[in-house]
Amino acid sequence: MKILVCISHVPDTTSKINFSADNSQFDTTGVQFVINPYDEFVLTRAMWFKEKQGASVTVASVGTASVEPTLRKALAIGADDAIRIDAEPTDGLMVAKHLAEVVKSEGFDLVLAGKESIDYNGGMVPGMLAELLGYNFVNACIGLEINENNAEAVREIDGGKETLNCILPLVAAGQKGIVEEKDLRIPNMRGIMMARKKPLKIVAASEAQPSSTTAKYEKPAAKGACKLVDAGNIDELISLLHNEAKVI
Amino acid sequence: MSVLVFADNSEGKFKKTAYEMVSFGKQIAKKAETSLVVVAINASEVDSLSAYGPDKILSIDDDRLSTFNAQAYAACIAQAAEKESATIVAIDSSNDGLYLAPILSVKLNAGFASNVVDFPVSLDPFTVKRKAFSSKGFNFTEIHTAIKLLGLAKNSIGLIEENSSPEKESFSPTLDDQMFNVTSKSIDKTTGTVTIADADVVVSGGRGLKGPENWGMIEELADVLGAATACSKPVSDMGWRPHSEHVGQTGKPVTSNLYIAIGISGAIQHLAGVNSSKVKVVVNNDPEAPFFKAADYGIVGDAFEVIPELTNKLKEFKSTL
Ligand SMILES: Cc1cc2nc3c(=O)[nH]c(=O)nc-3n(C[C@H](O)[C@H](O)[C@H](O)COP(=O)(O)OP(=O)(O)OC[C@H]3O[C@@H](n4cnc5c(N)ncnc54)[C@H](O)[C@@H]3O)c2cc1C
Repeated sequence: MKILVCISHVPDTTSKINFSADNSQFDTTGVQFVINPYDEFVLTRAMWFKEKQGASVTVASVGTASVEPTLRKALAIGADDAIRIDAEPTDGLMVAKHLAEVVKSEGFDLVLAGKESIDYNGGMVPGMLAELLGYNFVNACIGLEINENNAEAVREIDGGKETLNCILPLVAAGQKGIVEEKDLRIPNMRGIMMARKKPLKIVAASEAQPSSTTAKYEKPAAKGACKLVDAGNIDELISLLHNEAKVI
Repeated sequence: MSVLVFADNSEGKFKKTAYEMVSFGKQIAKKAETSLVVVAINASEVDSLSAYGPDKILSIDDDRLSTFNAQAYAACIAQAAEKESATIVAIDSSNDGLYLAPILSVKLNAGFASNVVDFPVSLDPFTVKRKAFSSKGFNFTEIHTAIKLLGLAKNSIGLIEENSSPEKESFSPTLDDQMFNVTSKSIDKTTGTVTIADADVVVSGGRGLKGPENWGMIEELADVLGAATACSKPVSDMGWRPHSEHVGQTGKPVTSNLYIAIGISGAIQHLAGVNSSKVKVVVNNDPEAPFFKAADYGIVGDAFEVIPELTNKLKEFKSTL
């Protein structure tokens, strides 16, 4: 089985989000970039397939040279090789189109991606990619088993879960549950050394045009101060919630 | 030209989200001086949509669609949009909505903006405001394609009543077997409890509750308020509560009217998931807990004393209403 894991390079979860003075750009000053947490879950699941039932695992990211450390980290976790599609990602459709080219030329049976990236939270790329390729697609996976050509996936639904059957080729977008948090892998020294020698191929981007662009950014409005209520005066809290906030 | 929205239902009945979608579509249609078409699949009460202003309701009735199927549902909406020459299409952000939207976007060759939180700020260029960076920022997105697809974040605009007498039409899209390649084997619903996605009030507990055996008081408080229960990430990581209750950047977003955080520190990743909740109340014994900076109301105190008392007082209060 040939697996592709799509990796998004995103600001670390502790990042303070700031924009340029004219609000036209995300300000990356002092921001650490990491593998998108949802992608880390599916990468770990890919490693599980590789070790338990045999598979090759390629990681791919659409991005400039700045994403290479993130791809190297994925290699250190255990992916076999990496592909960087050389383009500045601007919108979900464009990223999906670039990834679709790679899948078509290299022929993967299973494509794994995080259900969304924590920067733009689009939740677009996996489903678009599947549709562009004509592959089956399951979103928000909290479980995935592959047996030969058959896939059994569990997805989150509102208020529960649903088990789905389909065949490969498949694009599956995952989240926590597809593997447990405690099973996430941290690269060790040996992995890091080996990652340096693993192939990282750079491919030129096709002509895909973005279908949308960012006009400007905005920070959420500053919040007023928290009204503190004395622990001995619960009635006051109830009254505030009823009369002032009107939420009970 | 028209505006088209998908009004999803559960076992035939529309949820509040469906009415919010119609409200959203109607206001955009008015601004664009065009009509609003609503698509419903296997719904039994389409007349109830008339309170929110549709000009036309397209009903699709097909047994093959009795269980949600992302491919087939996307095909239905795409064909309805083509038939109605829709240039603006909107869907909700339920798990099903999020599943079918990207497929629909490719089918319609429509630029897609998800997590939209308000009406378009401009129709030309077509610009919408959306949540980004896990609610730590907003992004104004311009969509350049002929058809625009919008995913509306839940509870963003609420319900806007506007009576209409819509034209009703049944519609039979062409569905081929290939669209049913992904098949549902079983559905497992947690019954009897309010889900985080549907809840107007969410009561959430963190590591400060010390252990799963103490969740009874969280559930009791939730019960009085008709609220859903939720938790911080370590709580679900330790298995005190199910993963489906984990709220935050890597968990579920909360867009309720009231979020009560008990024994939760308010780490940046947790706050990312609750920023969109309208009113936040925090109970924490540490006055320095970062959650107090993000909350609207707070009590510095021991949850084990405050919560049972709050529950009792709320019971009294509710009985006087
Ligand atoms: C990649 C990444 C992603 C993450 N994503 C998320 C996410 O999605 N959601 C999330 O929640 N976290 C997330 N986190 C974890 C986050 O950083 C915090 O660790 C977590 O939110 C802390 O949970 P907590 O507040 O329950 O626990 P703690 O930090 O242990 O805080 C417990 C709080 O309870 C208070 N307390 C203790 N006893 C009492 C009492 N008797 N009465 C009242 N108060 C009491 C304490 O004062 C303290 O403030 C993420 C972290 C990482 C690295």
